Amino acid sequence: MDIGIIDEIIDKHGGESGALIQILLDIQGAVNWLPKEALARVSEKLSVPMSRIQHITTFYKTFSLTPKGRHEIHVCLGTACHVRGAQDILATVEEVTGVKPGETDPDLNFSVETVSCLGCCALGPVMVVDGEYHGNVKPAETAKVLSQLKLTETAEALEKLKQSETAEVLNLCACQ
Amino acid sequence: MPQFTTPAELEAYRREVLSGRDSAKPCITLCSGSACHATGSNKVAAAIALEIEKQGVAAEVDFRRTGCHGFCEQGPIVVIYPQGVCYLKVQPEDIEEIITKSIKEQQVVERLIYADPNTGERTPLEEEIPFYKNQQRLILGSNLKIDPKNLDDYIAVGGFQALVKVLFEMTSEQVVDEVKSAKLRGRGGAGFPSGVKWDFARQAPGAQKYVVVNCDEGDPGAYMDRSVMEGNPFAVLEGLMIGAYAIGASEGYVYVRQEYPLAVENLAVALKKAAESGLLGTDILGSGFDFTVKVHRGAGAFICGEETSLLNSLEGKPGEPNARPPFPATKGLWGKPTNINNVETWANIPLIINKGAAAFSSIGTEGSKGTKIFSLVGKVNNTGLVEVPMGATLRDIIFKIGGGVPGGKKFKAVQTGGPSGGCLPESLLDTKVDFDELTKAGAMMGSGGMIVMDEDTCLVDIARYFLKFLSDESCGKCTPCREGIRQMLKILTNMTEGRGKEGDIELLQALAEATLGSSMCALGKTAPNPVLSTLTHFRDEYAAHIHNRKCPALSCKELIAYYIEPEKCKGCGACFRICPAAAIEGEKKQVHVVTQHKCTKCGGCLEACPAAFDAVRVLSGEPVPEPVAAEA
Ligand SMILES: Cc1cc2nc3c(=O)[nH]c(=O)nc-3n(C[C@H](O)[C@H](O)[C@H](O)COP(=O)(O)O)c2cc1C
Ligand code: FES
Repeated sequence: MDIGIIDEIIDKHGGESGALIQILLDIQGAVNWLPKEALARVSEKLSVPMSRIQHITTFYKTFSLTPKGRHEIHVCLGTACHVRGAQDILATVEEVTGVKPGETDPDLNFSVETVSCLGCCALGPVMVVDGEYHGNVKPAETAKVLSQLKLTETAEALEKLKQSETAEVLNLCACQ
Repeated sequence: MPQFTTPAELEAYRREVLSGRDSAKPCITLCSGSACHATGSNKVAAAIALEIEKQGVAAEVDFRRTGCHGFCEQGPIVVIYPQGVCYLKVQPEDIEEIITKSIKEQQVVERLIYADPNTGERTPLEEEIPFYKNQQRLILGSNLKIDPKNLDDYIAVGGFQALVKVLFEMTSEQVVDEVKSAKLRGRGGAGFPSGVKWDFARQAPGAQKYVVVNCDEGDPGAYMDRSVMEGNPFAVLEGLMIGAYAIGASEGYVYVRQEYPLAVENLAVALKKAAESGLLGTDILGSGFDFTVKVHRGAGAFICGEETSLLNSLEGKPGEPNARPPFPATKGLWGKPTNINNVETWANIPLIINKGAAAFSSIGTEGSKGTKIFSLVGKVNNTGLVEVPMGATLRDIIFKIGGGVPGGKKFKAVQTGGPSGGCLPESLLDTKVDFDELTKAGAMMGSGGMIVMDEDTCLVDIARYFLKFLSDESCGKCTPCREGIRQMLKILTNMTEGRGKEGDIELLQALAEATLGSSMCALGKTAPNPVLSTLTHFRDEYAAHIHNRKCPALSCKELIAYYIEPEKCKGCGACFRICPAAAIEGEKKQVHVVTQHKCTKCGGCLEACPAAFDAVRVLSGEPVPEPVAAEA
């Protein structure tokens, strides 16, 4: 992680301790989670004790103290979505990704979160995949969207693997 | 960017903007609220811009992206002015036809206009669609006329006239009196008279005071505040400035939940433009009034909608509530007198000042004045945002505007007031939307969520759902709320999973009363409401869960079983192929059987079974018959 980004964010808010939550939100937005070094920097520059930062980061649901997956899936469990079958959508998401709500898989492919209303209640059930809203979703459609993502992930992973293998072979050649 | 240093300059600019606009010139408007983003509004916008270029009509037609029109289920919505022809569910491929026909040939694209789901009758004009016709859109109506990021649009519809009137013609006391006599009550939930609250803050001693907009909107299933903030941020700002002048504040805060990125963005643009044109800052319009606004994004906590928690959060602390008194009006943000109102409350203020308290209070009932926006969602045909005068009945809203329950199902209950509210049955549908009437009926006005439920919704599960939500959201500071909710949730979960016991209902009742009476803030004080209202109106359903292990709505998964009737099954294999759990056995042309221990109760077989056979049944509270081997 580039600590420069963190400094920039803190400076943007004028280093005010009242802006603590706003600073943490911006860090989370920039690096997708709150790494320990970043929090230590915030604590130091704002002169706020680490205990208070811990209190805040665990109190508010937006903050994540572990890295998030490349793809973030939010399933709305708000009342409007609940009465229109949001539970079945969540079950499908869990089944296809193998990830439980609030968790991320070890390969950092998917993070699954539940939310209590995204403000698109008229379109319930609602799911957001990487910032893209899907309204009136059915389990079958959910499975399709996610399987597609999974396929691209696998293809990309294979591609990477191939490249690294080629690189290794090249390395070997160079050594010889 | 224009610069305004006097009211005369603002007025001159308004006339200039208006004279540059030809009201007869066609204008294509596209709703671009968040819900419409979900249905592809951005792609439609790109298609409109492209098509205008392609057909070379840029000089003859204006294009405006506006906030939410409210009829979200039918989005994206395109309305063509001046006629007001309304096209629903518009996709990029429809644009060519719309521009050719509607703009060039002055015709209507029949297939895209509203068709009555029952009669098929088509209605081209927006104002005549039943969903809109039965509303009174004093607040939301402006959303259709303005681009939320365009200061000129807001000025053109009379924006900041109320501010000018207040700054130059009224004393702070007169402003407070006007709001008092309008009898405006807060739209954030509790319905406290806004003028009275303003007066407390105005009279509180102290040189430094604050005004705050509550746009935390944590009530799940409600999005009125989001649409007002996204669609008309200048109106909220104008209301806030008038409030600031009235109580003597020079700084304001807007607390917006970060789950609403578009609201944050539109608000930020509005604030920037207001500041650049001299409508924010020092000596506004030469009146001597100074005012600045900061935006604070919430980080995801329902309790932060509660005013004392919100103020703690604004100070950069965890959003835990404080016991009241002292109320924020005397000791609020940083210990200074603070007036906090809901988004919709603030948006009503310019209206009251412009039209006068008498005109405002002529709308509504004795105890509740003006209009209220509801988020009409769930099992209802026309979901979306509706704005009605106070005093409209629930029946009018759900059936006249909402078009009733879809799929020929029966209406069962309507939930109002969010997690603090209650569920009302059919027999109470003639209740008026009015702060006091709804409370009397056992529900609550709340912030405006209105969730319709049909015969497939289990009310015990709904009570469980709300308590699960509240147990996750209780901050844990006081014991009655933390433990009371948790214990009630445990009992309700047991019931929905088939472990209900004799005496559970009485225990729930006792716990509800204890939590209600001894929690510190309104979250705990109102948390038992979903339980109490369902116990009052749907006690039979509780009893069936406990005594017969039966879910009458056939919704609680642990209490139902899918069963294929051997007499009706033709062995077509449709259910067999769809079952994701491989729980269905049977050869072709043989009767199929659900293997109960493998079944995940997804309901796929019920949907897959051809209507002509109708062989799948959902059982609850009765044993599943033993399978019989038989030819189909
Ligand atoms: C648990 C809880 C959550 C609340 N959430 C909100 C909210 O999301 N938005 C809101 O405007 N008021 C909310 N309120 C009400 C506020 O405490 C406060 O009464 C309101 O902002 C005052 O504004 P008003 O007088 O304009 O209604 C909530 C109250 C409680 C107890
Ligand atoms: S309840 Fe799901 S978006 Fe509001």
